Amino acid sequence: MDCCPECQNNKSDLSLLEPVFAELANEKGSLIAILQQAQEIYGYLPTDVLRCIADRTGIKPAKVYGTATFYTQFRFKPVGKYLIMLCQGTACHVNGADMVLDAISTELGIGDGDTTDDGLFSIKCVACLGCCSLSPVMMINEETYGTLTPTKAVQILRDIKESEANGGAAQ
Amino acid sequence: MSNLKIVIGQGSCGIAAGAAKVYDAIENAIKDGKFDAELSITGCIGMCYLEPIADVFTEENGEVVKRTYVQLNGKDAEEVFTLIAQGDFENEKVKKYEISEEDKNNLKSQTRVALRNCGNIDPESIDAYIATGGYEALKKVVSGMTQEDVIDVIKVSGLAGRGGAGFPTWFKWNAAKSSPGEEKYLICNADEGDPGAFMDRAVIEGDPHTLIEGMLIGAYAIGAKEAIVYVRAEYPLAIIRLKNAIKQANERGYLGDNIMGSNFSCKMRIKAGAGAFVCGEETALIESLEGQRGMPRLKPPFPAASGYFQKPSNINNVETFANVAWIINNGGEAFAAMGTQDSKGTKVFALTGKINKGGLVEIPMGSTLRDVIYGIGGGIRDNKKFKAVQMGGPSGGCIPADLLDTVIDYKKLSATGAIMGSGGMVVMDESTCMVDMARFFLDFTAKESCGKCAHCRLGTKRMLEILERIVNGEGKDGDIELLEELCVSIKDGALCGLGQTAPNPVLTTLKYFRHEYEAHIYDKKCPAGQCRSLVTYTIDADKCKGCTLCARQCPVQAISGSVKNPHVIDTEKCIKCGKCIANCKFGAISVN
Repeated sequence: MDCCPECQNNKSDLSLLEPVFAELANEKGSLIAILQQAQEIYGYLPTDVLRCIADRTGIKPAKVYGTATFYTQFRFKPVGKYLIMLCQGTACHVNGADMVLDAISTELGIGDGDTTDDGLFSIKCVACLGCCSLSPVMMINEETYGTLTPTKAVQILRDIKESEANGGAAQ
Repeated sequence: MSNLKIVIGQGSCGIAAGAAKVYDAIENAIKDGKFDAELSITGCIGMCYLEPIADVFTEENGEVVKRTYVQLNGKDAEEVFTLIAQGDFENEKVKKYEISEEDKNNLKSQTRVALRNCGNIDPESIDAYIATGGYEALKKVVSGMTQEDVIDVIKVSGLAGRGGAGFPTWFKWNAAKSSPGEEKYLICNADEGDPGAFMDRAVIEGDPHTLIEGMLIGAYAIGAKEAIVYVRAEYPLAIIRLKNAIKQANERGYLGDNIMGSNFSCKMRIKAGAGAFVCGEETALIESLEGQRGMPRLKPPFPAASGYFQKPSNINNVETFANVAWIINNGGEAFAAMGTQDSKGTKVFALTGKINKGGLVEIPMGSTLRDVIYGIGGGIRDNKKFKAVQMGGPSGGCIPADLLDTVIDYKKLSATGAIMGSGGMVVMDESTCMVDMARFFLDFTAKESCGKCAHCRLGTKRMLEILERIVNGEGKDGDIELLEELCVSIKDGALCGLGQTAPNPVLTTLKYFRHEYEAHIYDKKCPAGQCRSLVTYTIDADKCKGCTLCARQCPVQAISGSVKNPHVIDTEKCIKCGKCIANCKFGAISVN
């Protein structure tokens, strides 16, 4: 049901959730697993998807939303094609992660949690990625880049931009 | 089969350093017929500073010879390994990648129990694990030991929880076993959230079957028929390898019904966390497993009496379980023979920060911090001065240089104000500001506070605000005293371990580095030269040769000057990024 302008803009293909419900809807304590799979499908958690999950599991919408917002893994806005996860662990901090954040923010013109207008990049500062001996570290989609300097990080982004401009998706 | 065997270390950090590219290059070379070799992978050997690493095994005069090559890269891999395949080990191009004697000894000075297989076997092969004597301990347990027998062996070993608190493992197992009820759960806490710690990731990625075997023995001891591993979502590779290992163990009958023909049945599943540090707290972890917000419960009742869905549950950390099979095979006495009066066995540490040889180390309890940092760790990077080591993450504290001879032991470390913790050891040098370090951890705990109790939710936020104004040069007289007051109230009033220990980073830095706080507040100076609001960059006109390099490198054009004339920094424009210092060849730029 459309209850607000946001809902009207939110027309996700809810049928994609059916296999997830078939597997998990009746399993006790499976809400987080359902949310994880839903995010896997849509790339983020749109409002109508959250509502649908509440309907089908019988869990109150407020509780579904409350659980989803508790965990940093869940997103409520679409992310760029390349999600840059910049590690904020102790070792990365000691070795200059904030300089790297400054450099990539300046390069892309966006801050932590934002997505570029062309939908190519999102920056997200994350808790320790566990590659401390290579600090500072960032992960772009599945690939990890270590021993970063501001210059090196910017170069990696420029390389991606260039390969995108050439039509390739290779990192 | 070829008599040349190449094993590439493929832990997450090895892959980040380029191990996958090295692997691909060798694989392609073999496919193209450049040489013949048996290629496989292994987990993290712990020498992260040398990644990517390859072990090469050859047969010479009937004996297997092992050679190790380090800091490889995808570009040269084909050429190097073609030469190796030709037996040209003395070739300069090969020699330059060979591990140094010093680094070889690095591994020998450790005692590996929990990490015994990491970096030695293929983590994706159950046969490789079985070949090292894997699942023998489980066989011994299910075929001839009672629950009490198992708990007794663990009691004799003195094994204590490796997640940080150091609670005796046998006691928890015994409590869960003694709780009434048929339905019990065994849970593994692999939500390794301490920033600067990656021991658990290395164990799961490098030797997942050790974890499964340890968990099964624990499940047998408490009478659980279901075991759950709660793994951080940030560890995708660990989840893949563990899933694969569980599947293999099911196929071989080490998991499932009537394990190895006994009456013991147990299934195992993985639950991926969704990113919340507080879920490392056992009751919060249980809430999260139940699909709720991960907020801690009041204790008692303890999980041993009422845990997962109100059933008796036992929770241990990955490293704790990784010791179990070894203890069963070698006896509790052998484990207890290592360590000190109060702390038995070995402990794994993730050594990082401003250290020369960062990585994973496992040492017997009773070694000193100096042994680890200056011995295995090879001292401080760039010959700088050691300032402090942070242990125990956001719940721990900073130990200063004059306590470097502190013995690694639960009690001795707690006496310093820090804690053993799960094993993060972040080394800091003279350029690290201790007030900023405290601010960093409070920023972390304030963000990760679940919000359930006011002391933690509001207290950490207020402490963070004070620390932020101190590092920004806006600290006031009385701020230190206010911080101290808040520390005491939060410690006393918080509901769970996260809140109760959140003041530790502030308390220890105040205890050992109070002068740094005072310098920030009263002199408006950062002695380490790190806090950007409190430093200015200047060029010494006598030293500057006018090479223009700094001006060209400056991202905000804050440096001006003509060729061969001293340059000047516009302090208004300067963003204090440090690029000019890094590039100046004459040491002409200083931070004050």
